[in-house]
Amino acid sequence: MTETFYDVLRRQGITRRSFLKFCSLTATSLGLGSAAAPQIAHALETKPRTPVLWLHGLECTCCSESFIRSAHPLTKDVVLSMLSLDYDDTLMAAAGHQAEAILDEIRTKYKGNYILAVEGNPPLNEDGMFCLQGGRPFVEKLRETAADCKAIISWGSCASWGCVQAAKPNPTRATPVHKVITDKPIIKVPGCPPIAEVMTAVVTYMLTFERLPELDRMGRPKMFYGQRIHDKCYRRPHFDAGQFAEAWDDEGSRKGYCLYKMGCKGPTTYNACSTVRWNGGVSFPIQSGHGCIGCSEDGFWDKGGFYDRVTDIKQFGIESNADKVGGTAAAVVGAGVAAHAAVTALARARNKTGIEVKQEEH
Amino acid sequence: MLAQQDAFEAERNARMVKAVYVYEAPLRLWHWINALAITLLAITGYFIGKPLPSLAGDTSTQYLMGWIRFIHFAAAYVFAIGFLGRIYWAIVGNHHARQIFLLPIFNARWWSEVFYELRWYLFMVREPKKYVGHNPLAQLMMFLFFTIGAVYMILTGFALYGEGLGEGSWADTMFGWVIAALGGNSLQVHNMHRLGMWVTLCFVIVHIYAAIREDIMSRQSLISTMISGWRMFKD
Ligand code: HEM
Ligand code: HEM
Ligand code: SF4
Repeated sequence: MTETFYDVLRRQGITRRSFLKFCSLTATSLGLGSAAAPQIAHALETKPRTPVLWLHGLECTCCSESFIRSAHPLTKDVVLSMLSLDYDDTLMAAAGHQAEAILDEIRTKYKGNYILAVEGNPPLNEDGMFCLQGGRPFVEKLRETAADCKAIISWGSCASWGCVQAAKPNPTRATPVHKVITDKPIIKVPGCPPIAEVMTAVVTYMLTFERLPELDRMGRPKMFYGQRIHDKCYRRPHFDAGQFAEAWDDEGSRKGYCLYKMGCKGPTTYNACSTVRWNGGVSFPIQSGHGCIGCSEDGFWDKGGFYDRVTDIKQFGIESNADKVGGTAAAVVGAGVAAHAAVTALARARNKTGIEVKQEEH
Repeated sequence: MLAQQDAFEAERNARMVKAVYVYEAPLRLWHWINALAITLLAITGYFIGKPLPSLAGDTSTQYLMGWIRFIHFAAAYVFAIGFLGRIYWAIVGNHHARQIFLLPIFNARWWSEVFYELRWYLFMVREPKKYVGHNPLAQLMMFLFFTIGAVYMILTGFALYGEGLGEGSWADTMFGWVIAALGGNSLQVHNMHRLGMWVTLCFVIVHIYAAIREDIMSRQSLISTMISGWRMFKD
């Protein structure tokens, strides 16, 4: 008989009561309402367990750190016991050859039926030598495990976009997962790191419903990345009123005014920080007095200052922004026009006083 | 084709007539409404990115940023709907109404007139030519900076607007792809939209200067033409 998630959870010592609590918690965090709780419970009780392999490429492990700090201990216990069974070289008990053997086993036993979660990304330069695992380039391991998986979760901004290790000039050619694996459904869960509750909810959704949650144009789950920080920011009334902090210790920042002028990227960042918040809903950057740096957006590490609103545009080669480039262009055009007007006036004056312009017959 | 027709018309008319009706009323009305909308868009847009000094006092009684953005969006609707109307007029209006949308790029005579106008602006020729519609250089500039520029500002602008209206809104559905096509980080789109304002400003500086200069220097009326519709020839 094939094992279900429920079997596994019971074996891990989770009571039925806790299991049902977990189901209703997950249903609400997914925005599905309490009616979906029995559905989730039923799925976990009857469906054969889908294994999850969790790979680590070039990364800092902040995604894992965030994940294991999921607010509700229940969620953490359940999801961890769902996952740690299989492969996660940071969390699993096995090590060395024993651990790598698990990869092969899952790949053959659950061919086409396991989920691949990738934290970090593969560097492609020098045949991938900048990230070696078990003596082999990570990119090979990624390609192999991806070949037989059902779907891929790209954890964090590394796997989704490249993140700081891909910052210009990107010496190792760190490359986001979707640019290496192009034939599998990929769900991006960006953020540096992503919010723990978002991560657990995404995993649970995929395991229970056996499909990807609805994704936006950029491949992110809509339920958590459908709105900008700015749309739900509690400082938004100050933005609309035109009340801004102008310096870090001024009156405005003490009063909790909007951080837009201090470079807040909330208006261009899709994430759930201003609703779900961090550390069990305690706070999030803006609540702590610092603007959003846009860590879940593509290229946030290369888009100019975290403390500028009109940021530098790298394409111009020099450190410059739209206002500097455009303002200079407008000044040059203005000066050109003024000079042209002066020459025109001179030529006209000369024509008036000097020899009459010969009237041409027309 | 158009330029030839123009030139032909000009030559024939100019000899005998002193005035030609060029710009029909809807086009003139559109010109001035459009100019006003762009002025408002540029001013409010500038302050969206670089807001005015912070206001003190009770938050609930103030809505400065809100109003600035409201004016930007209201003017944006006027600008965009006006542009659609202008396209409609290009189809039903007289052939001068089509000039800023269609360039006769396969017409050698038109190109030679573009260069003639360039030389006129570089003080290399003494006598300007007469044109019923736009002079070819102006036509080229209007197409490059205004027509293309307007499409660019509308695409990027409504894409940003769709972010505010939210996922699945009409603006997001129709224009949201623009952000994804430009890399997916709307910060980039903000910067590019802002750069578009400066390009528009450069066009407006040259455009207004040329209009005033030609009104004085050339052999035909310009500013009054955009008001009354009649092109007056001075000689
Ligand atoms: C010639 C026409 C236009 C000019 C000169 C203009 C100018 C600007 C400028 C300078 C900004 C500030 C960019 C920044 O620093 O973030 C801006 C923002 C914006 N514009 Fe425009 N714009 C034009 C047309 C439009 C149109 C047609 C729309 C469509 C609705 C539009 C919608 C927006 C939106 C949504 C924003 C962002 C507002 C925010 O972030 O609060 N604009 N515009
Ligand atoms: C934001 C400001 C402005 C914009 C974007 C703008 C744009 C345009 C465009 C697109 C046309 C072509 C009309 C068509 O064929 O449909 C035009 C024509 C014209 N504009 Fe403007 N305009 C602006 C302001 C002004 C101002 C302030 C003046 C007066 C000083 C002016 C004078 C003219 C004249 C005289 C013409 C007709 C040129 C000709 O007869 O060949 N414009 N403008
Ligand atoms: S602090 Fe940032 S996210 Fe919040 S309202 Fe101001 S700009 Fe928007």
